[in-house]
Amino acid sequence: MGANIYRNKKPVFVFLIPAFLFMATFLYYPFIKNILNSFMSIKQLGSSATSFNTPWYGNYVDMIHDQNVWTSLKNTLIMMVVTLIGQVGIAIILALMVDNIGRGKQFFKTVFFFPIVISATALGLLFNLLFLYDKGMINQLLESLGKTQLTDWKAEGIALFTMMLPVMWQYVGFYFVILITGLNNISDELYEAARIDGASTWQCVRYISLPLLHNVICTCSVLAVTGALKVFDLPWTMFPKGMPLKSTFLTGTYMYYHTMETKNVDYGCALAVLIVVLGIVLSKVVNAIFREKDY
Amino acid sequence: MTKKRTFSIGRFLVYLVLIIWSITTVYPIIWVFQNSFKAKDKILADSFSLPLGELFTLANYRKAFGNLNILSAYKNSIFISTMVALFVMLLAGMAAYALSRYKFKGSQLLNSLVIAGMMFPVFATIVPVCSMEVSWGIANSNKWFLSMLSVILPQVAGNLSFAMVVLIGYIKGLPIELEEAAYMEGCNAFQIYFKVVLPLAKPSFATVAIFSFLWSYNDLFTQTFFLRTPDMYGITTLLNQLTAKEGTNYGLMASAVTLVVVPVIIVYCFLQKYIVKGMTAGAVKG
Repeated sequence: MGANIYRNKKPVFVFLIPAFLFMATFLYYPFIKNILNSFMSIKQLGSSATSFNTPWYGNYVDMIHDQNVWTSLKNTLIMMVVTLIGQVGIAIILALMVDNIGRGKQFFKTVFFFPIVISATALGLLFNLLFLYDKGMINQLLESLGKTQLTDWKAEGIALFTMMLPVMWQYVGFYFVILITGLNNISDELYEAARIDGASTWQCVRYISLPLLHNVICTCSVLAVTGALKVFDLPWTMFPKGMPLKSTFLTGTYMYYHTMETKNVDYGCALAVLIVVLGIVLSKVVNAIFREKDY
Repeated sequence: MTKKRTFSIGRFLVYLVLIIWSITTVYPIIWVFQNSFKAKDKILADSFSLPLGELFTLANYRKAFGNLNILSAYKNSIFISTMVALFVMLLAGMAAYALSRYKFKGSQLLNSLVIAGMMFPVFATIVPVCSMEVSWGIANSNKWFLSMLSVILPQVAGNLSFAMVVLIGYIKGLPIELEEAAYMEGCNAFQIYFKVVLPLAKPSFATVAIFSFLWSYNDLFTQTFFLRTPDMYGITTLLNQLTAKEGTNYGLMASAVTLVVVPVIIVYCFLQKYIVKGMTAGAVKG
């Protein structure tokens, strides 16, 4: 009889309408509108578009000639590589280590995860203090280790490193938890059988854990790449307006910069479209590289 | 099978690496905490010692409570995040129930719309949402409630599709027999939902609530668009303004960070299991 209760379809609309009305108003409609906006001219944030740009694709032409767009694209790509290798890579190593120890699993899980619950804005302030030139924690530490010259962590050249380190650091725990859950799903019998055959711990990791984690690692990689496009709070708090010399813009912060600071709102819309396209293309690419396997 | 627990170099190195990483996650917070009790010049000269004796001062906290609207920012942030969590649970719960139990024309389309909703980054919707809310008179008004509402609405929409995916997954796994029994007793669809499905799906609702609360509480991007006057600031906008205006007042910054971070850590310690589950839900099944 299963579906009997659900044969009367009338209630379904009452259940669905509030949520979908909400999403239509605040998600789907603005999304389409944003694409249109990128072809139009908007005088200020909050006012609606009046007329088309001349030529209507003008913003996209500007984008190609805008040096900062290329800087932010380059930085975002670097950020993706850093998140992939730094976050997922470190998380894999930590997860495999924690999986192989006896005591303290829960402790490490708690401690590794906790930066994620803290707002990135607070962490931005925190890292501003740590990286202070004269003299934050890092420079004091280096000094006590015998370094005589202070390092300006926000100078050109090193600024990108200073920005990406905290972003990477914050989310390692996130992927760590996902991976450790994946490791827990691997049956103990496999390891026992391997042990009886005389496998070492390293062989267990290499020939059982890693292959069976493949799909989880794939999920993590997609999340890391698409997540890198959404990074905003921490870079904007530590390096507002792309300082120094607009060299630390990411696609997200650059979009915000034009929307809020320069009041070039429609250009911001066009940059948002760029972010969306980039997100779709890149997650397809990552999916193709780490294609999910069935076992 | 019991493994031999012998001391080995390998095991020692593994623990060493794990402990070093733990120190990098925990020590910065302790560092900021201890320095929030020191004067600015002491932070710059000697930041590693504990704030005991002469070093100890509460001046930073006096300043934080005096100059910053930190209590009102807390109130605003908690109000916004609670409302977001409640609305997400209510709307996503009903829609998820309908999508997982009813088969009707277009249900496939709605399912893909939900998935698509997860892909839209907030950057791509914020400008139109802003102009829409301005034309309705919600955004940038001086009324407290309307300003809060202007943040709540887009944040609810941003969390809905993710919440629906989590809830659909859970509700589909519930045994349908209980709903049938309720139907036999004469319950209509709404009674079945509120009296049978909702109580059974509590764990997944907790996941959704925690996720949307934290996401909204920590979000800076949406807040900067809609909360622009000091008495409307939420926690993140307040901190952001603090860097811009008092960027060199390190003691004040340390105390502000401490005031924002410590309550979250305390809550995290108690609800840790649920929070970890909530934040990673959707990425892993099981």
